[in-house]
Amino acid sequence: MTHVSIKGLTKVYPGATEPSLDRLSLEIPTGELTALLGPSGCGKTTTMKMIAGLLEPTSGDVTFDGRSVLQDKPEDRGVVMVFQNYLLFPYMSVADNVGFGLKMRKIDPAEIKRRVGEMLELVKLPDLGDRKPIALSGGQQQRVALARALIVQPNVLLLDEPLSNLDAHLRFEMRDLIRSLQQEMGITTIFVTHDQEEAVVLADRVALILDGQMKQYDKPDVFYKRPVDEATARFFGGHNFINGMSDGQSFDSELGRLILPDNAASGIGKLTFRPENVRIGNAGDGTNSLKATIADVIYLGTQTRLKLRVGDTVLDAVVNPNEIETYGVGDTLPIHLPTSSLWVIQ
Amino acid sequence: MSNRESVSIRSFRVLTGVFLITWLILPLIPLAIWSFAHGWFYPDLLPQTWSLRAWKYALSDTAGVIDSLWLTIGISLAATVLSILVGVPAGRALGMYKFRGKEIVELMILAPTIVPGIAVVLGIHSVFISLGLNNTVWGVILVHLIPTLPYMVLVMAGIFANYDPAFEAQARSLGASSLKTFWYVTLPAIRPGIIVGGLFAFLVSWSQYILTLLIGGGRVETLPLLLFNFATSGRNDITGAIGMIYILPGIVILLLTAKHLSGRSGAVGGFGQI
Repeated sequence: MTHVSIKGLTKVYPGATEPSLDRLSLEIPTGELTALLGPSGCGKTTTMKMIAGLLEPTSGDVTFDGRSVLQDKPEDRGVVMVFQNYLLFPYMSVADNVGFGLKMRKIDPAEIKRRVGEMLELVKLPDLGDRKPIALSGGQQQRVALARALIVQPNVLLLDEPLSNLDAHLRFEMRDLIRSLQQEMGITTIFVTHDQEEAVVLADRVALILDGQMKQYDKPDVFYKRPVDEATARFFGGHNFINGMSDGQSFDSELGRLILPDNAASGIGKLTFRPENVRIGNAGDGTNSLKATIADVIYLGTQTRLKLRVGDTVLDAVVNPNEIETYGVGDTLPIHLPTSSLWVIQ
Repeated sequence: MSNRESVSIRSFRVLTGVFLITWLILPLIPLAIWSFAHGWFYPDLLPQTWSLRAWKYALSDTAGVIDSLWLTIGISLAATVLSILVGVPAGRALGMYKFRGKEIVELMILAPTIVPGIAVVLGIHSVFISLGLNNTVWGVILVHLIPTLPYMVLVMAGIFANYDPAFEAQARSLGASSLKTFWYVTLPAIRPGIIVGGLFAFLVSWSQYILTLLIGGGRVETLPLLLFNFATSGRNDITGAIGMIYILPGIVILLLTAKHLSGRSGAVGGFGQI
């Protein structure tokens, strides 16, 4: 149960001119599951290592419940990091791996044995204690690594790309396991990932880091609906950016005048909206309705991606395949952009 | 085609085996026979009379062979332990990190295998005089490090080049102190290298002659020195017996560590794998 606070954390590696991480500040409330999201090399693993005490920051501070931990050795911080490649000790059995942290804390061997048994039960690997890590599948290794971390009941759990090495079906299983254990034990958890999908499915809150700086720190859905800028929107799969002028209520551009939701920014900017929020057909009251020509159709199975031409502007849309069954390339169709789906960025 | 190739490879292998046996084992046979001979004169193929006289003498208190054996074991073990203590951190630095002047450091460490020991030892001799290390066991142990360290460092550099230090970070993060991390995580990973490097160091120290003679000043009489004394005095039977005792540790150590010496073991890669 620890509130983690990161203040102006900066890391400049020796010999580097640009900081790998530039004044990152972040509040991670007790018991929350937070994702640090960003492309590889954006400084997110650097951040984790600095929280874990495996790397010294150039400047800035990390506090747990208001107390700076920078002077604490890694083994004294109550932080456990689970690395992307699991790093199970190859010379030890699964049970010895899981019990490692307790052994380091000089817990009685009988007690270790009991708690290892419980923990393996919890990660659904009750019978594999005697195996060597090399005899396990990737998913099993991941669970052993998680069990090894959770058994010491850390104040803060750090996960490095926890789902990225797993198959699609294992990902959801693992996601549920991580979430349920994390919620049950109430451990403040931070994980890093380059995969926005991984961040969204697992985290309570996502911090997007681009070029060593934090862009946005919000609940996952906000990144889709209300991105702070074009780079953020693009990172989450946004494609529609239309230059124009906003007066706070409506947006004037090549698409004509579109009605904006409340709290939209004013001034010169870009209008953005998710491809999946483009609706086929006219709105009931005619708001934000447009005539579009189909420039391309990409069938994706459960979805269909369309390139729509409105005047000289090309829009990306993702629709249900049934909605456009009767249309083909070159056809003109009515579309509309629901007011609540629009957003203005600088 | 491939069949003929495999035949030629097989015959090459047999040839190498025969050559190695001829070269390594054959010279030892007359030595072994001599140690049991009462007298062995030309043109006899085998000695006329056999005896345990040489062995009795070699194992007696007056010969000093047993004392010398213990001394040699002690010196070689000490040189091995010191080589490990220096070679493990040095190998880690060379195997894992890039730093300015790394090539020069590698060259310096390898230099003793290229430069003849006698050229270096004369300088060391005068330095050791001022340090009071001449004619002492510690002086001999220290000077043995010159030829043993290159092997130790080379082997450890190979091990560390394929070593992932993230395991140590993981152990620290699980609550292990740096000392416990080394004991439980680093040491098991580098153990094959320590065994192989230590084996080399021990055998290299075991076979030192010139360095021991010059720094020990004849007062530190290790087994090779004793052996040489008997060999030059023409006692072939006693030379044979001591020779047999002398090669024993090498064979025992080799048999104990043979599994770590295969080409697949990371321990024998040297700088080549960096």
